[in-house]
Amino acid sequence: MARVVVDVMLKPEILDPQGRAVQGALGRLGLTGVANVRQGKQFVIDLDGTLDADRSATLERLAAELLSNPVIEDYRLTVVEG
Amino acid sequence: MRIGVVTFPGSLDDRDAARAVRIAGGEPVALWHGDDDIKNVDAVILPGGFSYGDYLRCGAIARFSPVMTAIIEKAHEGMPVLGICNGFQILCESHLLPGALIRNDHQHFICRDQTLRIEDVSSAWTSSYTLGQEIVVPLKNGEGGFVADDATLDQLEGDGRVIARYVGMNPNGSRRDIAGIRNERGNVVGLMPHPEHAVEALTGPTTDGLGFFASVLTSLAGSR
Repeated sequence: MARVVVDVMLKPEILDPQGRAVQGALGRLGLTGVANVRQGKQFVIDLDGTLDADRSATLERLAAELLSNPVIEDYRLTVVEG
Repeated sequence: MRIGVVTFPGSLDDRDAARAVRIAGGEPVALWHGDDDIKNVDAVILPGGFSYGDYLRCGAIARFSPVMTAIIEKAHEGMPVLGICNGFQILCESHLLPGALIRNDHQHFICRDQTLRIEDVSSAWTSSYTLGQEIVVPLKNGEGGFVADDATLDQLEGDGRVIARYVGMNPNGSRRDIAGIRNERGNVVGLMPHPEHAVEALTGPTTDGLGFFASVLTSLAGSR
């Protein structure tokens, strides 16, 4: 079994209204000094077998094509278990 | 003229889009997201709604649906394609149009009659308007903020590819008040507001939206 985690975040220059709403809520609920909140997504992908070079390359491609939109988002792919 | 209207799971405005085609004098043809076949249509409309529940990102799953493979191929060959609202999001996800649509800057879903200024009348979907004409059509979106980097925005404006801009207030934080854009060739147009809801006096604020559907029928007739 292999596990790959893909984190997707809006690019820093893209406005994140959801993050801003969460920032407001954190402040209202008692957290002081919240300077900024950015909200992202995490995909936890479990694969049968081991992660060979082929599947690694496919995952890398799909992280850019499907899991994130390169126009507005950056992704980071982490192999948790090869 | 046969104008295909795609129904994705979660499409809402496919029937209104088909009705707008009919009122404009065309023949609407229902297309299904799971089909490879686009039934020899002359043009395609991707309607508004929440395809695939807006899962992942708006339009991100729809872009990989079987019907889109054929539509993307035909769009590259010059077939007119209009994406309205969710359809605009799908066109951006498909990279048929540059940029992306993100959540409204004010964080609220917005539904209002919106004034637009038509800024390009060379596209397949805007040719029946006059340059600078102001129209009023419904707008309803939660993720309608058009974004692109400055270089892309400069290029869109420099090439005259902004087809419509918001007049008065900017309803969703779209960069440079952009409501709609076209591709270089002018056959692919994306628009956040809803012309298909403004085609009859009984149900729309105006009948200003008819021009989009009349335009494509005219441009198709001209290309035959």
